[in-house]
Parts: sequence; structure tokens; C-alpha cells
Amino acid sequence: MKLIYEKSQAGRTGYTLPRHDLPRAEVPEALRRGDPPRLPELAEPELVRHFTELSTRNFGIDTGFYPLGSCTMKYNPRVNERLAALPGFRDLHPLQEEDGAQGALALMWHLQEALIEIAGLHACSLQPAAGSQGELTGLMLMRAYFAERGEDERRRKIVIPDTAHGTNPASVTMAGYELTPVKTDPRGNIDVEDLRARVDEHTAGLMLTNPSTLGLFDEHIEEIAKVFHDVGALMYYDGANLNAVCGISRPGDMGFDIVHINLHKTFSQPHGGGGPGGGPIVVRERLEPYLPAPQVIRDVDDFFLDYDRPKSIGKVRGFTGPFGVFVRSYAFIRMWGPELRCMSEIAVLNANYLLARLRDAYDLPYDRLCMHEFVVSARRLKREHGATALDVAKRLMDYGFHPPTVYFPLVVPEALMIEPTETEPKEILDEFCDAMLAIAREAADSPELLKEAPHDRPVKRLDEVRAAKRAIVRYRFEDHPDVGDGPVEPRQLEAQKGA
Amino acid sequence: MTPFVSLTERDEQAMLDAIGVASVEELFRDVPEGVRLGRELALPPALSEQEIVAHLEELAALNVPTGRELSFLGAGIYDHYVPAVVDSVLQRGELLTAYTPYQPELSQGVLQAIFEYQTAICELTGMDVSNASGYDGTTVAADACYVAKHATGRSKVVVTEATNPQVRQVVKTYAPGFALEVVEVPHRGGVTDPEEVAAAAQDAACVLFQHPNFFGCLEPAPELAAAANDAEALAVAHVDPLSLGVLEAPGRYGCALAIGEGQAAGNHQSFGGPHYGFLAAKSEFIRRMPGRIVGETVDAAGERGYVLTLQTREQHIRREKATSNITTNQTLLALGGLVYLSWLGPQGLRELGETCMALAQHAKTRLEEAGLEPTFSGKATFKEFAVRVGRNAGDAIRDARARGVHPGYALGRDYPGLDDALLVAVTEKRTPADIDRLVEVLAR
Repeated sequence: MKLIYEKSQAGRTGYTLPRHDLPRAEVPEALRRGDPPRLPELAEPELVRHFTELSTRNFGIDTGFYPLGSCTMKYNPRVNERLAALPGFRDLHPLQEEDGAQGALALMWHLQEALIEIAGLHACSLQPAAGSQGELTGLMLMRAYFAERGEDERRRKIVIPDTAHGTNPASVTMAGYELTPVKTDPRGNIDVEDLRARVDEHTAGLMLTNPSTLGLFDEHIEEIAKVFHDVGALMYYDGANLNAVCGISRPGDMGFDIVHINLHKTFSQPHGGGGPGGGPIVVRERLEPYLPAPQVIRDVDDFFLDYDRPKSIGKVRGFTGPFGVFVRSYAFIRMWGPELRCMSEIAVLNANYLLARLRDAYDLPYDRLCMHEFVVSARRLKREHGATALDVAKRLMDYGFHPPTVYFPLVVPEALMIEPTETEPKEILDEFCDAMLAIAREAADSPELLKEAPHDRPVKRLDEVRAAKRAIVRYRFEDHPDVGDGPVEPRQLEAQKGA
Repeated sequence: MTPFVSLTERDEQAMLDAIGVASVEELFRDVPEGVRLGRELALPPALSEQEIVAHLEELAALNVPTGRELSFLGAGIYDHYVPAVVDSVLQRGELLTAYTPYQPELSQGVLQAIFEYQTAICELTGMDVSNASGYDGTTVAADACYVAKHATGRSKVVVTEATNPQVRQVVKTYAPGFALEVVEVPHRGGVTDPEEVAAAAQDAACVLFQHPNFFGCLEPAPELAAAANDAEALAVAHVDPLSLGVLEAPGRYGCALAIGEGQAAGNHQSFGGPHYGFLAAKSEFIRRMPGRIVGETVDAAGERGYVLTLQTREQHIRREKATSNITTNQTLLALGGLVYLSWLGPQGLRELGETCMALAQHAKTRLEEAGLEPTFSGKATFKEFAVRVGRNAGDAIRDARARGVHPGYALGRDYPGLDDALLVAVTEKRTPADIDRLVEVLAR
């Protein structure tokens, strides 16, 4: 398919703007633009066709089953789109005076309260833009907390298990901390003996996803919490897998002090092909003074933004966070109410059903019931037939499914990490299992079907090594001189407009 | 009532049988008793779709959005017109409900769109490489400082005081973790003095300046960039994308990086988000860039296609040695930016910039005729300017709002000594008649 720049024709326009009979304001010569940017030049009908065609070359949860582990690809309720587009929300300026933003502030305050209850903690900031920014914010809170106690210079280490999302160690570095890795035991829990040897007075805290990226609830979580709290360290909960435990076990109940919640996972904000997200953090009382400013607070029936927070770490993002995301997640939570527990139960039921049906055809690294997701390995297919996890993933596309997360977590070779969420019907789960079982048979009988997959997508398997080596990261107009007539001088445009 | 799920009792029983457990409860047997909630979540009762719509319509009605008030409020977020095609494209379910494009064969739509977006940002800014977006116009500034630190091995960053206060605050929040020291260069009558920047830039990793700056004034941008370059610090321009039809691209006057808030180009105000931040750089910094980048490649049949590329910079490969922790970015909002910029085209972008400038100039003139002096006299501005209202600007805002006009932002909130200064933004959505109304409520 052509790029939009290859459909562009010099002088063609799609915009309309109001015109006023006002004198021109002159830009000083030294600051004036020379060559105009080579933006696309299309009329609106072709613009709409271009983006519609692009959408047909994409796969979303609306298209079909999307069991991408750790991403919680559940249905995104359509009503939320209508709500976020209400003019009272969509057209509200973030610097509107508080008396003109009471509805927005009330919504944020009520969302905070709901997240505080779900997390089992005491205070919330909605400001972080995504999960990884929530992580970084949480680590900044740890530093502020220990700095006030005069312990920041001593406590330099953050403990992270080897199953962790890559964002955890990356956030540790960005916060100026050092990483202490800890091993996983044969049942898929944190190896508590290894942990004890690594936690001491230099430890600032732990970052943990529970259930882990293996989809397993850590059976020793109480013991782990004790190890950290005994040395005065803090516990951070990566909320990526919160969809497993809403209303069942709360991070605060498990002993965590700081939690981030991925609104685009558990609470249904559509992920938009890579964002937006929302990464609110919820904390225990003693960390509340350090939360980002401003905080949304309530005084009887009125809501305010509190900027007077002398111990705050500061701002981590503009204004008060991604408000449109809050509208969707708040609506989602209100539509479930206390029944959120059912949401998690069905997510866990769906995952265990898939696991039960797939466990014989694929290798199961940890033989336990899973939570909302699980990891199987394609290592037997690889050893016996040369078919890798990637081959399985690509072949799934031929059956009409988005593949699971592959090659993660790193502790499982040829990993396939499968998360169905609560919104899939049993028929779809069955069709997916049938496809996975068929693929395992194909690996033995006709492995080329896997190796050459996908067969019916707009593109065949793509050469990622070549992309990294040559790094073409923008359209290079100069390599395509036959496209359009190149940039047009502003004066020429004036003439065309007049004609 | 369980919204959005398909499970029937019969399904549930069949699934439990297949798993080999008697109840759903049994699936949670690994969760120790001591950490269980053991009660219902204390949340308000579930609402039907109709009830949630009524509830949120009620909350929305408590707000005063642009449209219910004649608004001249800007200060980083702007009431520009968002054409219908933008909203329409962003509601395509295949794009709206996809995750990050980890599987390129199922994601060519989003991947190609990001490649086109990267191209548009590079064209606007005169740069060679753009990432797929950052969170907003504040966090991309912190990202740029991190790039500069690693590119130069230096640990001081210079930021002009005339840069958006929120951008400066976010840079300062990130600075301790990055082991960076932040030095601010004051403005002189609304703009920055290149000689002061030159002095501060010694041993600095970068010089970050906003142009047009927070006051709406045009900075001597090429001279600021030159001052940075003379000290071998990276010049980082924080720019308004809609100014780049009339103002020179930062890549053409010596900047190493160009960053900014994308909201003005194609996103609704939405009480501050979600929006997109953009970050573009010269090619020598490509391997230090934070965030996703899409690259062109070929498939097994030799056909052109797109993939996430240069992933060895990223957290899922490099972990603690990554250039950033970012994964989820703002792709959908950046796509809105691409649709918008494609709708405008080069001609529309320039015309839009000229229209905003002419309207703002008209407002400045009319206010001056009514006896209100500009805060920074004799300074060229783009779509926003500061004016002295002869009293506390907060009071002037309160009185104007009582008459249905939001006249702007009180600069005294961030700049001590500018208590009588009102920052007025004029987009193409305002008319000469609207400006008459502004003058009427501000004149005393």
C-alpha cells in the first residue's frame, strides 16, 4: 500500500479555515520558515480512504481474540467513547478555574477513592501517564521517603525478580537506583532463600508483579513482605496483572506500600495501538506527603486542586493526568461496582480452561493452577520439529487470532504467554485451543506451514534485522523523485489559491 | 449483572469440569488466607449503561468547557479546531483497540501510520528521526535531557525561565534520578538573552528553550542555539507544531533535538490529556532515542513493510541499560496529529499560523487602544501574548468570567512580579467580534 506521501499532489488541499480581513502580522526575517514542510497534500475524501485502508491492515480486540499476555486485551466498552466525547469533558481546558471544573474534579476524586479501595491502600495520584511512569513515580516516592529519614544515601538497592517486566529494571536506573536481581524457585515463586541473602539495610525496596508474569500467585507473599518490612524497606506492586485479583486479594493486604494501576489494562481504556494509557499510583499513608502535585482533594461538596505540598516529589506530567482515560475507567468501574470480583474470577476461569486444554500439547514449566494468564513453552516443538514459539505465533494469524506474548518471561525458553481476559466467550476459547492443538500437529506433519506463516496477511514475515541495520525511519522524498512535484514555493501556492 | 462477559452457567460448569476443579473459588487456592480481602469491595452499586450515561452527563454539566465560555485560555493547551476526520479515524476499532504493534504482520496499519507520523514530525522540525510519541510536552523535555546527558557525558542542563513552568517542573522532578543539575536562565523583558545562555551553557549537556516561549514571544532562537553549540551543548527547542508553517524548523538553525506538546495539532483539550508529546533529533542521536521507533523493511516476498525497530535501545531487551522505561506511549493521539497535519497540508499549516498571528496581533492592538499595555512591549509574538490588566490578573479573570469570557491565564501564578499580567491566547476559533468582546470586558 502506498504511503500518504506517495498519494500527495502538489497544490491539492483538504482543509478549510475561516478567513478574516485583518492585516498580516510579519514574522521577523531571521525567524521565518524557508522551505515548507513536505506534509501530505490530499483532499478529504482520499484522506479518509487512506486511513480506512490502514485500519483494514490492523488487528484490534474488535477484530478478534487477542490473548497477548500481560496486556489484558479485554473488550473496550463503546459507551466509554461516547462519555469521553461529552463536550463538558472533551472541551474542558486544564487550567479552567476550579469552580468551572467541578464535574471533572469530582470524577477524578471518585476514581481515586475507587482505586484506593481496590488497591487496599490510603491515597492516590492519577498523574502518571502510563504504567512505566507509575513505576518511576513510585521509586521517586521511595527516594523522597528515605531522604527525609536520612537513609537515601544508604538505601541504594531495589530488588527485582528475574521474571519482571523490562520496565522495572529500566525504571530503577532512571530513578538513580541499583538493581538487585532475585531468582525464581522451582514452583515459580520468588526464591525466598535467595531473597534473604540479598535484602539488607542497603535495600530501598522490592518491585513485584503478583501474580507474576508466569501467571502465578506468589505463595510466600506474606513471608516476602516480612523480609522487606523487617529491614525498613518498602514494597512496590506492579499492577500489570491486577485483573487477576480485583476484590479477591488487594496489594495493600499483601503488604505492598505503593501500587501502580494500568487503566488501559484492568480498567478497559482502549490501547490505541500503543497508547494512551494511565498509570495512577496508590500508596500507604506514610507516603502520601510525597505524592505529585497537585492533588485532587474534597472539602464537603467542593473539589479542589491542592498545590501546597511541600514534601511532594513535584510534577511527573503536565496538569493532572490523562483525564479522558479517567472518564473511561471510572465508567467501567461504576458499571461493575462491587462485582469487580466476578470480573477477575471469570478472567481466571478462562485462563485455567485454556491451560487445561493446552497442557498436553505444549510444555508447562510450572505445573500449577494459573491466575489470569499462564506461560507454556514450545521447546518440545522446537527440539523435535524445529518449530519455534515465533513460528507458532505467526501460524496463529492464519487461524484468525492475535498471537500471545512470545519469548517472555525470559526464564522460560520458547515462552508463549497467554491471557484471555474475562470478555471472551467459551466458543472463542475453544476455537483458539483447537488452533493451538492443530498447530502442534502441523509442527510434526508439515512444519513448513509454520515456518512460512502467516500466509494470508497483507505482508509475509518481515525482516526485522534488516530494519535495524538500515534504519529507514522516515519517508525519504529524495529517493522517490517521481512522486508528486516536490515541495512548492509559498509564492506559487499563493498563485494557485488565487487562480 | 455482569457487563461485557459471555459466560453462562452451562459454560462455567463445562469449563470447571475440564479444569478438574469443583468451583471457581478453588482456582484461587494459591492465594494465602492471610492476604484475602474476605469481604465485598466497598464500591457503589453497579450502574446500567443508561445510568452511567446519566451520571456522567450530570458531572460533565458541572464543568464550564470552551464553548460555554468565550475562552482565551492557552498556556500550553489550546482551543484549536479539530476537524471531524480526526475523530472519525480514531474511532476505527481496528486502530482504537489494538495493543502496541509487537506482531507486525497484524499491525501494518498502525505501523505505517506511525512511520508517516514520524515523517511528518521530521518535516515540521527539520530533523532526521522522530520517535512514535512521548507522554506529553513535559515528559519529552525530561527525555531530551537524558539523551543530552548520555550524548555529552555532562550533567548540567540549562533551561530558559521563559519555558513553560510545567515543563521546567517535570525536568526538575526527573533530574535527581538522572543525576542532573538544572540551571535556569532568566528572561529579560519577555525573551532570553543569548549572551546569558552562552555563559550558562559552559559544561552543559544541553540548552532547552521554548520558541515561541511561554509568554508567546518569539525568541532569538538561532542565536540561542548558536550559544549552546559554541559550548558544545545540545540545543533543544520546545516548539508549537502549529507555528512551524511560519517559523523556521529547529533543525535548520542548529538544534540537535526538537520537542513539544502535540495537543494543538489534532487533539481535544480534554482537561489536560491524553495528548502526545513529540521528540525528534538529528540522525547522530538515533541510538540514544527514548521510546518506540518504526522502521521500513521488506517481507519474505520482498514487499515493503514496517516494524518496530532499533529495539535494542528498549527496556524489554536492554532492561536496566535501556534508554528509557517507556512502553505505552500516545500512539492514538499521535495518529490524530498525523490525520490533522495531513488535513492541513503545508499550505493549511502556514495559513493557520498566519491566521492565528493576525488575530492575536489584532487583539493586542485593540487592547492597547483600550488602554491596556503589553507586558513585554515591542516583542514579536505568535498566537499568545501577555497584557497588563492594571490590577491583579486573577481578579480580572474572575470579573471577566462573571461576564461569560475567560480572558486567559494569570502569569503571576508562576512568575512573581507579573501579578498584573494576563496571558491571552487567540486561536483561529476566535473571531474579530470575539476580540471586541474581550476588549469590552478587560477595559476599565
